[in-house]
Amino acid sequence: MNQMLTKRKKLKLESDSGWGYAFIAVALIAFSLFTAYPVINAFIISLQEYRPLGSTYVGLENFVNSFSDELFWKALKNTLVYTLLTVPFNILLSFLVAILIMPFKKRTQTIFKAVYYLPAVASGVSLAVVWLWIFDPLKSGIANQVVGFFGISNQNWLGSSATAMFSLVLMSWLSSHGTAIIIYLAALLSIDNSYYEAADIDGATFLQKLRFIVIPFLKPTTLFLLVTGAIGSFQVFQNAYLMTGGGPDHATTMVGLLIFNNAFTYFEFGEAAAQSLLLAAVIALISFVQFKILGKDIEY
Amino acid sequence: MGLFNNSIKSKGSLFARNGLIITCLLLFAAATIFPIYFMIISSFGDPVEAGAMSYSIIPSKISFESYKFFFNFSAHSWDWLKNSFIVAACITVSNVFFATLAGYAFAKMKFRGKGILFAILLGSMMIPTQVTQVPLYILIVNIFELQNTYTALIMPSIVTVYNIFLVKQFMSSIPVEIIEAAKIEGCSQPKIFWYIIMPLSKTVMAVLAILTFMAAWNDFFWPFLVTNTMDMQTIQVGLKNFRFANTTYFAPMMAGATISAVPMFILFFSLQKYFLEGVAVGAVKG
Repeated sequence: MNQMLTKRKKLKLESDSGWGYAFIAVALIAFSLFTAYPVINAFIISLQEYRPLGSTYVGLENFVNSFSDELFWKALKNTLVYTLLTVPFNILLSFLVAILIMPFKKRTQTIFKAVYYLPAVASGVSLAVVWLWIFDPLKSGIANQVVGFFGISNQNWLGSSATAMFSLVLMSWLSSHGTAIIIYLAALLSIDNSYYEAADIDGATFLQKLRFIVIPFLKPTTLFLLVTGAIGSFQVFQNAYLMTGGGPDHATTMVGLLIFNNAFTYFEFGEAAAQSLLLAAVIALISFVQFKILGKDIEY
Repeated sequence: MGLFNNSIKSKGSLFARNGLIITCLLLFAAATIFPIYFMIISSFGDPVEAGAMSYSIIPSKISFESYKFFFNFSAHSWDWLKNSFIVAACITVSNVFFATLAGYAFAKMKFRGKGILFAILLGSMMIPTQVTQVPLYILIVNIFELQNTYTALIMPSIVTVYNIFLVKQFMSSIPVEIIEAAKIEGCSQPKIFWYIIMPLSKTVMAVLAILTFMAAWNDFFWPFLVTNTMDMQTIQVGLKNFRFANTTYFAPMMAGATISAVPMFILFFSLQKYFLEGVAVGAVKG
């Protein structure tokens, strides 16, 4: 009897497992073909002088070349500057907005959420086209009209190396906080009211509640936004490509753009693959550091 | 009660506080939607050369000339829209089906290697797109020789890891007892999936559909890489052509940008709830 039962149990598990593999089959094939295989191939290509008809093995030359390439370091620096200027500021801004939305009714909250999220719905290309015109170097350009109002002379926003990076940063400040606001708001609403009640009984002020309840509670969310924000920002490509093309004088060449150019403008696939792996290493390192510094007292 | 002090005694100071907050929020909202407002308003201008026009932020008149100009400019303007619809629709349908299937398997079924497989999938989300872009391009274009086909546009995105993760997160909240009861009644896994799991997962499937459609519709990079004739391009790629081929016609450019954004705006305003819900799924614990 007992033996029969285990046999039946085993049978059941087996039949389940057959269906399990069937259910993930398409996902697994797609993943192997379009993610796993390319990743492995990236390592192989990075060690080659890639030619469609017969590549030659060159060892670590592509990596060595990248390290001695001034432009690679400049692109890395540009990307780092862009990340440091946009990610923390966008997160802080989103946090402030999420807090400010809190005292209102759900309907009002939804309206604001929708408005702030709207730029994320429009495509990056159409936004880039619009921003190109906002940054039009002519006197009639909107950005120039605005600074002209404060008595600042005409700027060649995207065409001068002094302002090109700032222009991209400004664009990010004003168009990519919708997601973070919604995530922060969801986290804020999940804080149990009893904490605030207890604080009220102790006579806590608004700032004290912020300091001792909200900020500690939102720490995992902040960490999540920081890590994903930095990862995203380090891969930034589209805006630099569409708005400045990396210029002027490589002032806005980001690593993502450099890799793209190496691969699809100069067809240096080997070098592009090597640089993409270096980028992956940098991103992993940054995420690791963020977790180490901020994730100490977070329980998952 | 709550983060904000609701026991402010005088109505006046409560009014002042909320008024101040609303003003800040509105100013910020205005700055946020200004580019979109500017895009739509300018698209109704006349298609004259940019140097000759002075663009204002308040429309003096509304004309659809620039939209006509946009569609007459290239013989393939309609093709771009058609291609975008075909590609985005295929990617959406396949993702909703296959990601739900895989998400269910990872959340509720027992099979050997499940934990490791899921960990590998999750880990792969950390890999920057730049790493796969060159080998993937070589695979699709040089090995499969699929350049300039719908297959090339659709295949690499037929089911994405992020979507599987989203579904798995959602399904862990479905009680196991329902599935066990069905099993005891002799219900097979495909039947359980079709008659029990799918009806229970309508919300997450809707969220998935919307986010996937949006990503596919707005994707620029991959279609840009694998198409090389105007008739196979999607609207995002077509828009770029338009801008670089013709930098001087401002209003038609804005008309093109508006056309590429309008389908998403319509979707967003009609299905706002799912959009806004979807953003926070998987990001907030609890």
